[in-house]
Amino acid sequence: MSVRDVEEERLHDIARQVRVFALDRRNFLKLCGGGLLVCLADGSTLAQESGGWWGRHPLPEQISAWLYIDAHSRVTVFTGKVEVGQNIRTSLAQSVAEELRVAFDTITMVMGDTDLVPWDAGTFGSRTTPTMGPQLRKMAAAARGLLVQKAAQQWEADPSTLVAADGTITNPATVESLSYGALTQGQKLMATVTAQVPLMPATEWRIAGTSVPKAEGRDFVTGRHKYPSDIERPGMLYGKVLRPSGFRSTLLSVDTSAAEKMPGVQVVRDGDFIGVVAPDAWSAEKAVAAIEAKWAVPPQIGNAELFAYLKTHAQSGEAAAGSGIEQALESSDVKLDAEYTVQYIQHAPLEPRAAVAEWNGTHLTVWTGTQRPFGVRDELAQVFRLPSGQVRVLMPDMGSAYGGKHTGECAVEAARLARGAGKPVRLVWTREEEFTWAYFRPAGVISIRAGAKADGTLTAWQQTNINSGPSAVESPYNVASQVADFREVQDPPLRQGSYRALAATANHFARESHMDELAHELRMDPLEFRLKNLTDARLRAVLQAAAKRFGWAREQSTPQQGCGIAGGTDKGGYVAACVEVEIDAEKKVRIRRVVQAWESGAIVNPDGLRNQTMGAIVQAIGGGLFEQICFAGGKILNPLFSEYRVPRFRDTPQVDVVLLDRKDIPSAGAGEIGIVALAPAVGNAIFAATGERLRAMPMAVGTFTA
Amino acid sequence: MADFTLKVNGSEYPVRAGSDENLLTVLRDRLQLTGTKYGCGEGQCGACTVLLDGQPARACLTLAAGAADQEITTIEGLERNGELSLVQQAFLDEGAFQCAYCTSGMIVTATALLQAHPHPGNEQILDAMNGNICRCGTYPRILAAIRRAAQAAPKEADDVRP
Repeated sequence: MSVRDVEEERLHDIARQVRVFALDRRNFLKLCGGGLLVCLADGSTLAQESGGWWGRHPLPEQISAWLYIDAHSRVTVFTGKVEVGQNIRTSLAQSVAEELRVAFDTITMVMGDTDLVPWDAGTFGSRTTPTMGPQLRKMAAAARGLLVQKAAQQWEADPSTLVAADGTITNPATVESLSYGALTQGQKLMATVTAQVPLMPATEWRIAGTSVPKAEGRDFVTGRHKYPSDIERPGMLYGKVLRPSGFRSTLLSVDTSAAEKMPGVQVVRDGDFIGVVAPDAWSAEKAVAAIEAKWAVPPQIGNAELFAYLKTHAQSGEAAAGSGIEQALESSDVKLDAEYTVQYIQHAPLEPRAAVAEWNGTHLTVWTGTQRPFGVRDELAQVFRLPSGQVRVLMPDMGSAYGGKHTGECAVEAARLARGAGKPVRLVWTREEEFTWAYFRPAGVISIRAGAKADGTLTAWQQTNINSGPSAVESPYNVASQVADFREVQDPPLRQGSYRALAATANHFARESHMDELAHELRMDPLEFRLKNLTDARLRAVLQAAAKRFGWAREQSTPQQGCGIAGGTDKGGYVAACVEVEIDAEKKVRIRRVVQAWESGAIVNPDGLRNQTMGAIVQAIGGGLFEQICFAGGKILNPLFSEYRVPRFRDTPQVDVVLLDRKDIPSAGAGEIGIVALAPAVGNAIFAATGERLRAMPMAVGTFTA
Repeated sequence: MADFTLKVNGSEYPVRAGSDENLLTVLRDRLQLTGTKYGCGEGQCGACTVLLDGQPARACLTLAAGAADQEITTIEGLERNGELSLVQQAFLDEGAFQCAYCTSGMIVTATALLQAHPHPGNEQILDAMNGNICRCGTYPRILAAIRRAAQAAPKEADDVRP
């Protein structure tokens, strides 16, 4: 399937979901514009997203847009996808090496440089492997075909008799051979590829499908790699931005005279934007601290009012009308209604937002950490009223994002400062700025009404998600009567946006907790109950694989030790987790052991996938047990790592990952959904041990601790 | 502003910096040794860990001028003659990173641990490493890398390479 087909399918998917979730046409356009995740971003992001309709950016059909082979047979690949630690610099190069039939280390990936690579919507939604992978494979296979043709012409041979391997075309009949470089002589491959190109089946992969180590790994253990915050330009100054004392505030008065008197310091003001530049970061920090500003911060709600606010400000829904759900619930032998909540959390990527901006006349170049280089380019073009061709954004492999770096605010600030200073400026946000002025994973309220027959057959399932999003709100289990519904909140209390697996985490937490509780009500084993109501073979397979490796059948829960299971699917990934927790007399929870099974089609890099899956489990511990943004009065109350707890070495259980390799199924993305099963499995384990059901994420910040 | 000399990775650097400026911005912005990372500025994440006379220290909480009489070792100083240290090699061999932004601090902290305890027990490793954050969640692999480096170390403590 071509990328175009995949994207069309995605739009169909979105259209279907729009019907399911009864969003209006305005929202439908937003969804199509930037991917489902973006529909939860704030207003300003949405305004930009609506300009990003896929159809306005057809994928180039020329091979030369995607790859280049120089006279020495070195291959350069161009993609708008970016490397944030998910290992696609390696896995995409493996796919190209496979189809082009060259050694992996002859490939250089150029990623996220808007002047050099084809337009791309961004790196999110687990889309790289299922869309960019096949696109690059197609171009590589077409390039190989072209090189075979060239060699055949030169030798006056039948192209079907020639062999392409290790960057060389060989004629077995004459033992003649030509390297790819000798054939291209450094000229671009000018062919246009419109037809389907046959790709190597996964069963025959020799480079894809293997555990090639991280590309340029040595640069990361020596400190040599330059992250966005490490970029240095000649004559560069250091910037710092004056921040309001709260959200939604108005500037009442400002006095910058003390800062202006500091040696080497320049104050840059552009409307309400006030910043400084200085020859070094220390001076910039001193200067911004010397600015006296008064702000009016309007009253705003905090955590205490959060869930009531979301419920009263949610759009109304009529998804259940005419669905027959009430009758289905009425006729159920066992009924269970409950409400689940998730708090706002922060991505807290270890590298905060960073940008280096440099003006050259009316041309602007910005190096910045972002998942959407083209989105940031357009944002810069819009702010500075430039044609997008005069703006170049480069994305050096960054210190991660987890969905948190879709936007370009730091790039815009750096560019404002650089324009004011007339010199290149580096701006790196502090941790406190990142915790306060970035966006958050939305909080949410998820309510479920469900029913089952006494024999354990699910009869009714109504799940409504307020504010966190629609992903995975539909149950994968067989239910005769199902209503799934997402309700937007028009003016959420905090700026919210994408996050790794976003709403799928919230919806899985609610659904898999509720499934567990129903199983207990029915006096059925939670795994047996799931399997009884499940025909999706892929989800069954991961549940069974995790349970087998874990020893689910023989594990017994006691008041001090509980075992729990949960599973689910979204974005083409299938996951199941079994966990063992220990609970002491003070209700302190420790996750002792996790077995997670994962399946996302044909595995491109087993070691990379294992790493992603393990990392997702560890990251899920935070949101599951203790991560939460505390806020009130327009302020974040815990904007530091000393106050916002993230998982550490001592929180990390024994982790066992079981990968299922389905070479018969196209590879899906694996960066996100590995995160969704852990929290409900832990909640279910706590219930198994103590009989107490925890319905709020994070779970260990109240009666229970961790 | 104060003028002083810093001894970093065996070389002496004349430095002009703020009298209360921390070592992290001096290393990164004034000496262009950007392998040491900013993560929090409050000593909570370990991304800026360097060695001061062989002891791990948070560069973000260390006064630069105060480190003038100490031997400073950063991530850039661990590779010798193009050869990775045992700890660097172990991180590479275990693939103990994803985005790798925490890796410098992890490697420097682990280096100090293995210098003090060439064959550390599990609790010693957790004590030494728990102050370092990896948001990608690669802790199990980092632990494996530290055990691998410890196994590769010579049995005599004095012979351990950094």
